[in-house]
Amino acid sequence: MSFIILQDAFFIAVLAALSVPLGLYIYKVMDGRRVFLSRVLAPVEKAVYRVCSVRPGEEMRPRKYALSVVAFSAAGFLFLFLLQLLQGFLPLNPEGLKSVSWHLAFNTAASFVSNTNWQAYAGESTMTYLTQALGLTVQNFVSAATGIAVLFVLIRGFAMKQAETVGSFWADLTRVTLYVLIPLSIVSSVLLISQGVVQTLSPYHAAASLQDGARLTVPLGPAASQIAIKQLGTNGGGFFGANSAFPLENPTPFSNFIETLSLLIIPAALCVTFGKAVKDGRQGRSVYAVMLILFIASLIVITVSERFLAPHFGSVAAFGNMEGKEVMNGVGASSLWGASTTAASNGAVNATPDSFTPLGGMVMMFLMQLGEIVFGGVGSGLYGMIAFVMLTVFIAGLMVGRTPEYLGKKIEPFDMKMVCLLILAPPLLTLIGAAAAALMPGAQNWLNNTGAHGFSEILYAFTSMANNNGSAFAGFDANTAFTNITGGVVMLLVRFIPILATIFLAGNLARKKTVAAGEGTLSTSNATFVGLLLGVILIIGALSFLPSLALGPIADFLTH
Amino acid sequence: MKKAKTSQKNTQINDALKQSFAKLSPKAQVKNPVMLVVYIGAILTTAMYICSLAGIKDESPAYTLVIALILWFTALFANFAEAIAESRGRAQANSLRGARKDVKAKKLKSAADAGNYTEVLSSALKKDDLVYVAAGEQIPMDGEVVEGAASVDESAITGESAPVIRESGGDRSAVTGGTVLVSDWLIIRITAEAGESFLDKMIAMVEGASRKKTPNEIALQILLVTLTIIFLVVTATLLPFTAFSSRLAGSGAAISVTNIVALLVCLAPTTIGALLSSIGIAGMSRLNRANVLAMSGRAIEAAGDVDVLLLDKTGTITLGNRQASEFIPVTGVSEEDLADAAQLSSIADETAEGRSIAVLAKQRFGIRGRDMENLNARFIEFTAKTRMSGIDYTSVHDGEQRVNEIRKGAADAVKNYVLQKGGLYPDECDAAVRRVAGLGGTPLVVEKNDRVLGVIYLKDIVKNGVKERFEDLRKMGIRTVMITGDNPMTAAAIAAEAGVDDFLAEATPEGKLTLIRDYQAKGHLVAMTGDGTNDAPALAQADVAVAMNSGTQAAKEAGNMVDLDSSPTKLIDIVRIGKQLLMTRGALTTFSVTNDVAKYFAIIPVLFFGIFPQLAALNFMRLGSAKSAILSAIIYNALIIVALIPLALRGVKYRELPAGKMLSRNLTVYGLGGLVSPFIAIKAIDLILTLCGVK
Repeated sequence: MSFIILQDAFFIAVLAALSVPLGLYIYKVMDGRRVFLSRVLAPVEKAVYRVCSVRPGEEMRPRKYALSVVAFSAAGFLFLFLLQLLQGFLPLNPEGLKSVSWHLAFNTAASFVSNTNWQAYAGESTMTYLTQALGLTVQNFVSAATGIAVLFVLIRGFAMKQAETVGSFWADLTRVTLYVLIPLSIVSSVLLISQGVVQTLSPYHAAASLQDGARLTVPLGPAASQIAIKQLGTNGGGFFGANSAFPLENPTPFSNFIETLSLLIIPAALCVTFGKAVKDGRQGRSVYAVMLILFIASLIVITVSERFLAPHFGSVAAFGNMEGKEVMNGVGASSLWGASTTAASNGAVNATPDSFTPLGGMVMMFLMQLGEIVFGGVGSGLYGMIAFVMLTVFIAGLMVGRTPEYLGKKIEPFDMKMVCLLILAPPLLTLIGAAAAALMPGAQNWLNNTGAHGFSEILYAFTSMANNNGSAFAGFDANTAFTNITGGVVMLLVRFIPILATIFLAGNLARKKTVAAGEGTLSTSNATFVGLLLGVILIIGALSFLPSLALGPIADFLTH
Repeated sequence: MKKAKTSQKNTQINDALKQSFAKLSPKAQVKNPVMLVVYIGAILTTAMYICSLAGIKDESPAYTLVIALILWFTALFANFAEAIAESRGRAQANSLRGARKDVKAKKLKSAADAGNYTEVLSSALKKDDLVYVAAGEQIPMDGEVVEGAASVDESAITGESAPVIRESGGDRSAVTGGTVLVSDWLIIRITAEAGESFLDKMIAMVEGASRKKTPNEIALQILLVTLTIIFLVVTATLLPFTAFSSRLAGSGAAISVTNIVALLVCLAPTTIGALLSSIGIAGMSRLNRANVLAMSGRAIEAAGDVDVLLLDKTGTITLGNRQASEFIPVTGVSEEDLADAAQLSSIADETAEGRSIAVLAKQRFGIRGRDMENLNARFIEFTAKTRMSGIDYTSVHDGEQRVNEIRKGAADAVKNYVLQKGGLYPDECDAAVRRVAGLGGTPLVVEKNDRVLGVIYLKDIVKNGVKERFEDLRKMGIRTVMITGDNPMTAAAIAAEAGVDDFLAEATPEGKLTLIRDYQAKGHLVAMTGDGTNDAPALAQADVAVAMNSGTQAAKEAGNMVDLDSSPTKLIDIVRIGKQLLMTRGALTTFSVTNDVAKYFAIIPVLFFGIFPQLAALNFMRLGSAKSAILSAIIYNALIIVALIPLALRGVKYRELPAGKMLSRNLTVYGLGGLVSPFIAIKAIDLILTLCGVK
């Protein structure tokens, strides 16, 4: 146990230490300043603008920015959809894989464009190298960059006074991809390749089993590059079906550490960026603190539950619940990954969530159900969290006798509408999606288990999709026309409703004057506020999901 | 008197009870989305009760009926809360209507000929008509005095029985329809037509007829609707969830629609939803009782946000009158001589300052009144041009009659006067003048027969307790700025003594306007009080502008509130009322939301008991049964509305504290209280129900 504690503490310390310089670096990128990579990348950036005939200095109004985001994503969606339907006829298909069914193609396109990376398929037996590289990997980059760009818009909304425009989407998208995502991915890929993650275009390898000499096919491919961005961009879609529980995707404890760290590093750094950009580091710190507290609390519950609350495994494994876990990782590293991948809307796995203890699984589910705001998706996690901050400010602000304001901006009806849309979308879509599935006549047959655990499987699946997480509980047969279509629609809605709400919220904030702060102003950076924000997040989450959790993991826990 | 009050209260309650039923009409219910859910739930469960009699049922008819009844009561309680808040205003409006009766007005052809008039009804008067009003008559409509001066009884509007002076020209020329002339006569130019008069506006405001939802209220409403939508989906999806789970578990059944409706109603933020509009109305009526009339609800909320107060020095910070506190003679003059001359020149001076000089002279040297006849005295009145007053008199010296003159006044005026007449103005006197000004006083220089005698120190008396008051305001983050016509040195001294944060000396209307704009540019919200026409631009610019009722029409139109008492300290009360209104909203919202936690713990374990009996482990409240738990929760939900009506009307307790402390305090009371109290109350209700045999 003490090793697990040391490992977790080391992880959190490294995360905290790296997030500060990275956050400050991202701030410079957002602001369009020169950074140390500019020498190399500035010419590339210029070339991209020239080729795409983009005016980088263009200032967009919120409506135009929103339209650009939607148009760009729609184009990406269409391209990915067609690529899957046609992959059987296209090159880079050494295994001769067939084209994908239309509903799976729809679901996968929706999933990758929405930064969810829910996978109703196993990569090695479904997607060709071309689809993986040109379709999925590209979306891994740009869907992540889109999330960060939208966050930039919101940050600008707070920082600007009486402004009509919120920046250029094309410039934001290009700069984030070029200066942040690609360099970090290269560093991470190199580290992963050094650990033995494969990166090749050669066909699958045939081998003989050590045990009985049976013939095995070892799937290969350009994996390392996709895995790097899958972790960094809170995507989570594995190159291989078993995701990071597969040795060629995650071979060593060090690769596991790098991959876990990459899950959280950008969302954590963006808190620092936020504080810097609004010229009040304490604001970023308090949001960061709330995320860390929720993360650490979840980590503790998951670890304790996996380590001690699995009595029926007591006689099998000496170290808690090892069902569905990679021996190399053990309970500690699997719990840390589990907390990280559901805190961030990543969804990559290095163990099977379905086999976690009921409480461990419930905490993972609850982390998602909070709306993916504990670190959350790159960009999207922080703008979701800021919506909660504004909600908290609204209630607390009234209690100090002023009409509420956050960072000097008065919160008025329009802002409140957008904030409520941001907060409302994930729980509603989760519940409605899961209810729709429960109403389907054949729903029972999609499940691995019966009783409360069976219900958990359905709830987890829609929680994952409706929060753009993408992790699978396993046990839930996801590749049916019904789940593919409902899931696809849910993923798109829960991605783009908040994105539009955020952009228009930012536009409205940017237009406002800034109110001066004084003694009578509610502080949004002290311990009281952090506590209050925690309370609001937990109460809204609990009020939305307590009944369904009672029917799933809570009943499951009490039954065993 | 007491009896009259009780009976008035009784009629108000009766009135409110009647209104609570009237407000059950769909048209009234649609306005409040949260309570609309309760309303629809009540209709639905009633319909289900009727169906259950016909045999189509998911719960026993008696249980469905009880649920339906509790829901109807919940809706009625919410209506009652709003009606009782409105009833106070309605009572006030009725008494105002008494003052608005139609009277015969004497309409003049021209102001020059007051005798030549035709009698018309006041409601037929048009703008710019001229009317003649004599003593004992009612002023027919709002207007401006063109000619004459009279005392007017404005008690119908202000409640203040002492008559006030209204006269043509200057800042006291506005008259209000419905008030009564006590003496003399006036010729008035009408400025408003029937239906738009001040009294009409006032009636509409207190009655809440023109009440629009304020932006903050709308924003809060959006939040409440959001919560309601979440709970709607949470409870509605329980139907498929429990149906599915019971199939998976092989035991139990889907929960009933009756229970889903009950669960939805007790989770929806009905407490704040029911009280939201009464909080707003009560805030307005608290302001009315402070004799302030807000032109919109928005203005009250803005008052809560104000962080800069512009306060007039005179009357707010200092007592209206300066008082003589010291005689400072120049070398060669005794203090008594100076006092004697000062007293002599002030005998006829009826101003408070003049009198205070006589009083000081009497206290210090026993100088009393004298025989004016023998002195052949001629008093020189103070004018704005000479800025001096004084006396010319004769006295007998060595058997010879001599004409003396004494002048007292502003230092520079007296200096010029003396120098012009060939006298000397000693440096010593300059020094004394500077010293007095430096102390925040007003120096008056006295000269007799071209010889400077010395300086009278008129002291500005800072009001008792203002320093502490400003200290409190500072704690709340509100800056106070003193506005005065004094010179900067005097102003600085008084500002320091009173403890204001800043001051504007030698204030002009333009100066005030610039000051307000500067503060606003820095992101502050500014409140001010004004009365004169020249205040109008500044009033129009300020975020909260309180015009005095005694002021001009222009000032009243530029402001967004009217202070019927014309009291300069009113601004501070207005800020308090604004803050209290917002705090009450926040506190009850917090209370309403935290209540849900207990309701969940009460209901969920017993609700799913049939499907997963193990969930009974969570029933640590040990409630009797699913039925008694649900009934207890919705009974609590209905009763808490009634229990909190007094709080909604009165507003939460307010203290001048910094934001952080205020938040912790309210969080403890309403957050923690909201978390804990329903546990106790629901358990108690459950015990009673179980005793009554509910199973």
